[in-house]
Amino acid sequence: MPGPAQVPRTAVPGQAGVSSPDGAPARPAARSPWADSMDALALFAVDPHGLGGVLLRARAGPVRDRWLHALREALPPSAPVRRVPLQIGDGRLLGGLDLAATLNAGRPVAERGLLAEVDGGVALVAMAERIETGVAAKIAAALDHGEIRIERDGFSTLLPTRFGVVALDESAHDDESVPATLVERLAFLVDLGDLPLREAIEPPPDRECVAAARERLPSVLLDDALLEALCATALALGVDSPRTTIAAVRAARAAAALDGRDHVVEADATLAARLVLAPRATRMPADPETEAEAEPPPEDPPPPPPPEDARDEDPPPDDDMPADDRPLDDRVLDAVKAAIPGGLLALLQAGLQPKSARSAGGRSGAMQRGQRRGRPAGSRPGDPRSGQRLALVDTLRAAAPWQPLRRRERERQASSAGGASRAGRIDVRRDDFRVQRYRERAQTTTIFAVDASGSQALNRLAEAKGAVELLLADCYVRRDQVALIAFRGPGAEIMLPPTRSLTRAKRSLAGLPGGGGTPLAAGIDASRVLADSVRRKGDSAVLIMITDGRGNLARDGRPDRERAQADALQAANELRLCGVQALLIDTGPRPQPAAEKIATAMGARYLALPYADSAALSGAVKQVVASETGTARPRPGRAP
Amino acid sequence: MAAVFPFSAIVGQDEMKLALLIASVDPSVGGVLIFGDRGTGKSTAVRALAALLPTMRAVVGCPYGCDPAKVAGLCGACDGTAGKPAAASKSKAAIAAKPAAGPRSHAVPVPVVDLPLGATEDRVVGALDLERALAHGQKAFEPGLLARANRGFLYIDEANLLEDHLVDLLLDVAASGENVVEREGLSIRHPARFVLVGSGNPEEGELRPQLLDRFGLSVEVKTPTDLPTRIEVVRRRDTFERDPAAFIAAWEKEDAKLRRRLTAARGHLAEVEVPDRVLEQAAALCMALGTDGLRGELTLMRSARALAAFEGDRAVDDSHLKRVAAPALRHRLRRNPLEDAGSASRIERAIAEHFGA
Repeated sequence: MPGPAQVPRTAVPGQAGVSSPDGAPARPAARSPWADSMDALALFAVDPHGLGGVLLRARAGPVRDRWLHALREALPPSAPVRRVPLQIGDGRLLGGLDLAATLNAGRPVAERGLLAEVDGGVALVAMAERIETGVAAKIAAALDHGEIRIERDGFSTLLPTRFGVVALDESAHDDESVPATLVERLAFLVDLGDLPLREAIEPPPDRECVAAARERLPSVLLDDALLEALCATALALGVDSPRTTIAAVRAARAAAALDGRDHVVEADATLAARLVLAPRATRMPADPETEAEAEPPPEDPPPPPPPEDARDEDPPPDDDMPADDRPLDDRVLDAVKAAIPGGLLALLQAGLQPKSARSAGGRSGAMQRGQRRGRPAGSRPGDPRSGQRLALVDTLRAAAPWQPLRRRERERQASSAGGASRAGRIDVRRDDFRVQRYRERAQTTTIFAVDASGSQALNRLAEAKGAVELLLADCYVRRDQVALIAFRGPGAEIMLPPTRSLTRAKRSLAGLPGGGGTPLAAGIDASRVLADSVRRKGDSAVLIMITDGRGNLARDGRPDRERAQADALQAANELRLCGVQALLIDTGPRPQPAAEKIATAMGARYLALPYADSAALSGAVKQVVASETGTARPRPGRAP
Repeated sequence: MAAVFPFSAIVGQDEMKLALLIASVDPSVGGVLIFGDRGTGKSTAVRALAALLPTMRAVVGCPYGCDPAKVAGLCGACDGTAGKPAAASKSKAAIAAKPAAGPRSHAVPVPVVDLPLGATEDRVVGALDLERALAHGQKAFEPGLLARANRGFLYIDEANLLEDHLVDLLLDVAASGENVVEREGLSIRHPARFVLVGSGNPEEGELRPQLLDRFGLSVEVKTPTDLPTRIEVVRRRDTFERDPAAFIAAWEKEDAKLRRRLTAARGHLAEVEVPDRVLEQAAALCMALGTDGLRGELTLMRSARALAAFEGDRAVDDSHLKRVAAPALRHRLRRNPLEDAGSASRIERAIAEHFGA
């Protein structure tokens, strides 16, 4: 590969994304994202299955290509690297009946799935932010167990497979994220963002080094103190899942192996914590000083180690550890703090939950659709390969009338080829295939856009929340999806992407703060975008906006009441043009003419509920929603 | 088969472990639902359970693993195989009341069948044997996972991701104890008594309320938040991965102890008394909590009895009821689905009121 190695290694300017908190001396100097990504790559190449994989967040482009190329170069030449396409069917992913071969042979022939084929190598999941939760869960199960259990199409087998995953995340919007089931099993979250190619200078790891490290890995010892330090760091950063901590432990081992050592030293643990734990931090670790007062650092030994703990004869802590008299935990934690991504840091300091901690991600709703469920509605000709079910009986029925003809044809061929024809076989051809059809009710996604500004907070935020909760329960019963947008202060935010999970809905509602200006236009815009994306998925969207209609922040965020109203009207008009069914609930103390005007511009039904409690509010909404979804007619524009 | 993490080495998660043990002492308790955070060892526990369970005796060659003591069941395969007296079946696991003459039987591990995501319906319920259908045009039944799980456990990881029609089907079979296949021109019924174990993460979407009720016990698992426990989790996992064989060997004694307790508990389950007073308490508790139907009381009583048997007690008392109340009732409370300050605290309150604790 030309390029990276020859470029002189100068200081990398503009290290966006990595900064040290409050100017504290960052021990391992903040490194470029690319250098970090190469470290992650090297560790991953040493132990792909143990570490699970890498979530590579980058646009499709030369930087990502360079990274992937580097990975191929680092892995043993024999390791398969296969791409898992977005719309992969279960048959290809897991394995199943190979239809063509089966029909040709006249007996069932199994098809090996992609996950079995990548044994010993790496599965590249393209556009991982768009894969279905079900596919993610299947990959996750194979990762967990090191084998695939197949119970499909009349086959029942167990195939061992040990592979790593590189999930390519190209998500551009906040409403897209890789399913959490999968992310949790990947050790490294690498964000190359908009890194320019010229900054991707650090050379990739050397294949020989990686191979040597792979050899050494099983014998690398880990001091118990370091294991405890990693656990403590994970806890301090709010990294909940034990799985992640275990991944950090494995990464530390891989780091030691890569460095040619047989035992893990502090630097390895630090590197592991930086690469594995830091990107998943959900809270700022408390200052060591204040924390030390609050609760003593856990130097006391944990419950008696299991009897088999055969690592008592571990080498004593390494001599080349820096002479720092602070506890090991704090040193590791400090090093990691420097690596918490800048954006995340800001979020955490502002007391906000980062996206990764908030949403489960994935398209848990989307997977429920498609042509694979619902009430059976007959069959139709089609190719069962594209994830659809073969309607066997219908297929055979379609093939039946042609049997005599085909048999004759086959006999003719056989006799001309000099072979014996196999009699008594049913001759099924591609044209005979029938796939099962299913009918399903289209889903409705109810989008709640809640004004959480200061004026609203004073009035009715609590009631609005209560009403949303009641409505959520109702949507839950109907198995509809709900989404929640809150607008306050500088702009609008999707608090809850469309979901059916009450747990998530509750959490985001509980965490909905009030106060600040009213960016009404931004709220309407965000609702329109979300409604649009819902409808692109084939669902219908109903928007319920709860506000007092007194916008005072313009689209550009300036506090200018008149401008804000104009912007809001314009946004409302745009919404009407999209034809989204909408309902505006005016919760001001008195009905606001401004709110009604906006409702009219939006083509929304207007409902002034100044003194309603949450039950009345939800009752009113239910009525409207029922009538709106019942008569699914396009609303005529009613612009003033 | 990959090495299995030993059951007794699982750190914490006592409620989950207890629920699984209760279900293995008395399968009639109904299924176990395990919901909660990721990475809390849900699948690990179920897989470990498979290695823990004592063996059972089954009719040789029976696709459904029928109990030689009860061949009068539904399985047609066994009815015909009656013949030789069972030789050398003096194992403890064998049922004492075994008739002197019966079908040939052998000791087999209790099946713990994994229902993988992506399993197709034909493999779950059993279907036309494709090979014979395609090659010979013959109609033959190929038993599915339900047949294999008979008398054991059927485990569904990520139960909420399983397609609805499969879940419905499983629950129906689990409740009725037999699998009726009417498809592709086949008409077959066979015994399928198993304990359904489902696990999942509520963030992926919830189970329908009517399904919740079908599970006997429901357990919530949470990530441990204290450092010593977390360290222990990571350390044991790490030790296990470094040398699975040694780790398993080190814990085998603990597992064996547990296994003996299970066997003993099953043996004297029938002798455990349930005093009327305890039944009244159970009913009062259910009424106070407003659970629907009688399933709550039944499960409460059965699981308390199983617990008493497991603890080696002769009779059920309040302490048993208290311990199983939360898992037995948690998912049956009629509640506002949004109320978070959840069922656990309501149950605790009710227990406190009723037992004057």
